[in-house]
Amino acid sequence: MKLIPFITAGYPTLDAFWASLRELDDNGADIIEIGVPFSDPVADGPVIEAASQQALANGVTLRWILDGLRQRKGQFNAKLVLMGYLNPFLQYGFAQLAADAAEIGVYGLIIPDLPLGEDAEYRAALSERGIHLIPLVAPNTSLERMKEYAAVASGYVYVVSVLGTTGERQGLPADVQATLQRARQAFDLPLALGFGFSHPDQLDAIPTADRPDAIIFGSALIRHLGEGGSAGAFMRRWR
Amino acid sequence: MKKGYFGAFGGQFVPESLVPPLRELEAAMETILPSAAFQDELDDLLRNYAGRETPLTFCPTLSGRLGFNLYLKREDLLHTGAHKVNNTLGQALLAKMMGKTALLAETGAGQHGVATAAAAARLGMSCRIFMGADDVERQAPNVMRMKLLGTEVIPVATGSRTLKDAINAALREWVATQATTHYCFGTAAGPHPFPLLVREFQTVIGRETRAQMLAKTGRLPDAVVACVGGGSNAIGMFHPFVSDASVRIIGVEAGGTGEAGCYHSAALGKGISGVLHGEYTLLLQNADGQIEPSHSVSAGLDYPGVGPEHAALQASGRVEYHAVIDSRALNAFSTLCHAEGILPALESSHALAWVLDNPDALPKGGNVVVNLSGRGDKDMEIIRRSL
Repeated sequence: MKLIPFITAGYPTLDAFWASLRELDDNGADIIEIGVPFSDPVADGPVIEAASQQALANGVTLRWILDGLRQRKGQFNAKLVLMGYLNPFLQYGFAQLAADAAEIGVYGLIIPDLPLGEDAEYRAALSERGIHLIPLVAPNTSLERMKEYAAVASGYVYVVSVLGTTGERQGLPADVQATLQRARQAFDLPLALGFGFSHPDQLDAIPTADRPDAIIFGSALIRHLGEGGSAGAFMRRWR
Repeated sequence: MKKGYFGAFGGQFVPESLVPPLRELEAAMETILPSAAFQDELDDLLRNYAGRETPLTFCPTLSGRLGFNLYLKREDLLHTGAHKVNNTLGQALLAKMMGKTALLAETGAGQHGVATAAAAARLGMSCRIFMGADDVERQAPNVMRMKLLGTEVIPVATGSRTLKDAINAALREWVATQATTHYCFGTAAGPHPFPLLVREFQTVIGRETRAQMLAKTGRLPDAVVACVGGGSNAIGMFHPFVSDASVRIIGVEAGGTGEAGCYHSAALGKGISGVLHGEYTLLLQNADGQIEPSHSVSAGLDYPGVGPEHAALQASGRVEYHAVIDSRALNAFSTLCHAEGILPALESSHALAWVLDNPDALPKGGNVVVNLSGRGDKDMEIIRRSL
């Protein structure tokens, strides 16, 4: 099982973020999703929303994130993905973002408020620079719509485990297996399951055949970091 | 034009998990909304429950002072005190006919919350209202009214603790409850199809005004004026006049306290295009794309964005938009109280203030309609502190 930690850029402090990024990379992260903070994170639960607010208070901007990654270019084994809401990307200038991200070696973008239907021009701008726009699918995404995503998607698929926001949950939602099965049928890409995960044991309830290729965890890690824990210690829980 | 767009503005920028309920709503707008069963029941609710049609009141004293005929469209006389109930009855009835059993909504000042709570109670649906924690404190009487109407009020203590955060919380809740619940969005903004749906239910304002003016004066008004926060009362008044080139259409935003660099709510006048709450529109934001706090003395205009159709009407030049500062809105409030014996909402006072402060911009001897979108009873505490 591949591991995809999510951390909000610049949380809990600017320096601690860069240290965490390195620790995640040193401790087996296959992909690291870097949260670009936004004032109105509508798909996120309270932990990531609070982390975003803290990051903004720390002065984090998209430009600061890209500058920091540029300085550290080539230092990470993990693929780096930027995850954030559309508006900060728009104000930066989407074509410029695609160019800068490509230069830095960013693998992909995840934009939770950019569903299929609104995505064409943005996907094209990224694709021109070889950057993936990672699709999100949810328990209420039909097989038909997943196939529409599959026709244009690249990178991997973010399978949202639950109809809700990000945040730790006990156990697993009942329909997660069915969601994974539909996604497996629709996509030829790796499936990464996220929303609600704090411990690898949660996946035991899913039969081996239906398990995802990767697990994404965000809120649990953010809470651990907020309580003064280290990213390395958190990652060792998963090995 | 692309589905869900008004010119360059609009769209459906939501998490994938909200696409199915929005599509379900789009489908209901095509099947249920035009049906006789829906239209007949909504008509009955509007007439016999909400109090339509509302009067078009001539203002003799102010007309004498201004040099033109000033008429007020009296949405303030509706049940629950504002135009909001036109929309909530429509959406609640639609939701019920879709098989939903519950409503959820955001509210800023509490007017939309009260109107949603009333519609839910009337139609036998349960109701949860999200309200910024600061607004819960500032608008205690409306919180009480919602609770008395059987609604659960949930304070939202994140972000700026006001309307925009209440919308964030309501959208999150809808992701989880969509099977049984309709999100009764309060203004002509948000993701497609809400701007169209809310306009559909609010254009009764403009349609009635049109017929009433023709009956009273034999011609269309020279100008119609309305306040714009998200823009639902304004689009309701404007839309039926958009294709009448002779009718000047004027929207009035909240200019805030008025000093240089002050917080305000004038997204049309001073905003930058971007995406918030599911739509591409004009927004108050900084250069990094973070949404900035808004301000208005009138809580109902206190929002950092605006409905996409207004952004498009401004871009095309069909509608002109101006801003009025808090103190002039308060002046208009007092003026209408004394001159005509009508106590307007502070939101509507912005529209009136532009007319009172710019009489030379309007035709002498002409006919001007201001949409009096709500009554001012809810604003007593703010006015007591401000006057």
